[in-house]
Amino acid sequence: MTVDAGHSAASRTDFSSNLAGRHSTSARWRLVFMASTILAITFLGALILTIIDDAFGYVLMVDAVDQKSLEQDGVPLLEMDANGLRAVIEENLSNRRQRALNRELPFEERSTADLLEIVLAEIVKPEVVATYTLYESLFNKRAIVDNASTAWPDSTLVFRSWVSMRFLSSSQTARPMTTGVLTAVKGTLLTIAITLLFAFPVGIAAAIWLEEYATDNKLNRFIQVNIYNLAGVPSIIYGMLGLAVFVRVLEPLTSGSAFGVTASGEVANGRTVLSAGLTLAILILPVIIINAQEALRAISGSLRHSSLALGATKWQTIWHHVLPASFDRILTGTVLAVSRAIGETAPLVVVGASTFLTQDPSGVFSKFTTLPIQIYQWTSRPQPEFRHIAAAAIVVLLALMLSLNAFAIVTRNRLRKQKRFG
Amino acid sequence: MNLLTKRSETTRLEAAIHASESEYALEAKNLSISYGDFKAVKNLNMGFERKKVTALIGPSGCGKSTALRAFNRMNELIGGVHTEGEVLFHGVNIYDPDVDAVQVRRWIGMVFQKPNPFSKSIYENIAWGARINGYRGDFDELVENSLKQVALWDEVKDKLKDSAYALSGGQQQRLCIARAVALKPEILLMDEPTSALDPISTAKIESLLDELKKRYTIIIVTHNMQQAGRVSDKTGFLLLGDLVEYTETKTLFLNPIDERTENYISGRFG
Repeated sequence: MTVDAGHSAASRTDFSSNLAGRHSTSARWRLVFMASTILAITFLGALILTIIDDAFGYVLMVDAVDQKSLEQDGVPLLEMDANGLRAVIEENLSNRRQRALNRELPFEERSTADLLEIVLAEIVKPEVVATYTLYESLFNKRAIVDNASTAWPDSTLVFRSWVSMRFLSSSQTARPMTTGVLTAVKGTLLTIAITLLFAFPVGIAAAIWLEEYATDNKLNRFIQVNIYNLAGVPSIIYGMLGLAVFVRVLEPLTSGSAFGVTASGEVANGRTVLSAGLTLAILILPVIIINAQEALRAISGSLRHSSLALGATKWQTIWHHVLPASFDRILTGTVLAVSRAIGETAPLVVVGASTFLTQDPSGVFSKFTTLPIQIYQWTSRPQPEFRHIAAAAIVVLLALMLSLNAFAIVTRNRLRKQKRFG
Repeated sequence: MNLLTKRSETTRLEAAIHASESEYALEAKNLSISYGDFKAVKNLNMGFERKKVTALIGPSGCGKSTALRAFNRMNELIGGVHTEGEVLFHGVNIYDPDVDAVQVRRWIGMVFQKPNPFSKSIYENIAWGARINGYRGDFDELVENSLKQVALWDEVKDKLKDSAYALSGGQQQRLCIARAVALKPEILLMDEPTSALDPISTAKIESLLDELKKRYTIIIVTHNMQQAGRVSDKTGFLLLGDLVEYTETKTLFLNPIDERTENYISGRFG
């Protein structure tokens, strides 16, 4: 064979003609990728559907006292003015209860809606006998109505959105129809605020140290490896840490007794919002550090060099150039970490979240409950109504998370725009 | 070392500039630089005359950029670089333990291979360096003056508040030079300043150097021999970390003494 033969048609038999085969492999992989995406979307859709399904639907209620018997001069209960309602309360409610309510706020000063609320809750006392999911309510309405009229002839069937303004603005109570999520929302927001206040500055400062100052030696590599490991430690272990350190050892500080706060009568024993926030802060600290390090590492050396070549100090370089250039990335990572913290349940159970708390947290030294804790607690109740309440609370939790993420994205985009034109 | 002694070192570098009678603005003495076991620059002895353009040429990996970065202590920013010998700035060794690297870089500016303006406005790009170094004069005047020195003023005077990234690559590089001269440095180090630019932008920057050398001592690293021939007064040829030949540019290109220099400039290797 001559050298020339390398270019002749004959020698191309060394290459098998497998183009069709390669194309079909390619197509198969394309299908696998698409199917995976569809599977993921299906699961997400199913999740959202189940929540929505439970958060809305018909409720069948039987009144302990017939609303018709409460009519005054032919005016039905729901159309009465304040005077009529006050008369109903006077006639039907025990004197003791009336005095108690009057002490809270005199009847004369209460609004019509408020009075109606009292009448319904204290006198009419509607009892939930059956609840239905959104799916049943939409597609099985006939069966529900038939069942209602035969089994409970004097029942009322109402369509209820378990997520309502009332649900959002009420503190927790023992009864499913009046309970609200405000206590848990306030607890979550307070806890996360403390988490952020602690984890954000400390995490970024540690990342700056590791990335910009620390020399590449054994000790620093050891620290780095351990930060990576800490990011993978199960969250309940952070709960144990929080219990041991913040609740027990630092009790005087976290319970507020060192600052003379226990005088308010609320004894929390260190199982406070502060302990919970700090525990979550330690939980997300490694994640924030690693993410901020990656953000700093993504900044090119040439930016640092151009600053240093002008006689800038290290700190001036970091503060004026490196941090502004990496801040959008740092922020994104922090939001992801905080989203994780918002959803944490296990460590807070260990730290001592209150499972039933009717008083909203008033400050960092209050007893606390958070949305996930509340959801967990409601799902474990036997009454079927609580399943709907839990679903409603999940909707609130998701909305809270999404709005925090949206806020972060908007802020990040604004920062990026500033970066471009600043 | 406390801050006070550092401050007095600042004046030491500055005093050296005024007191110096040496013909060299910068002088390398027995300068050796190594990365681990690899010696990038071997025992370099070289003086850079005041208000002249000196070019360093040589094939890739000859140590010319490494040497340049040693002249304002930028090598320290890269891990694992070991420097021996002295670099005298008007007679003061910039590697003296009492000399602050931050001050060295303030007096010996640097322009990099790729234009790297800050993501700030054109105005801020120039004002920033002066501000952090405690400039107390009129910033508008400084910005205008610096931009005029690099012949960029007429092109950007109406958009000083715009982002520096809105400029073309050649304009960005001239902005980077303006940023360096805004500090009124003694020496400008240029590390292949035109290798990322088109021929027209390159020509503009080359013609700038004639003006700039009236005020500054310029050391330029280039892999473009024609450029070295056009812009420099003296040229040094480095090969594998050795300074093979260092003389007037004309002499080096027309009558090289060393055979290796002749081979390189006639394009037989490199």
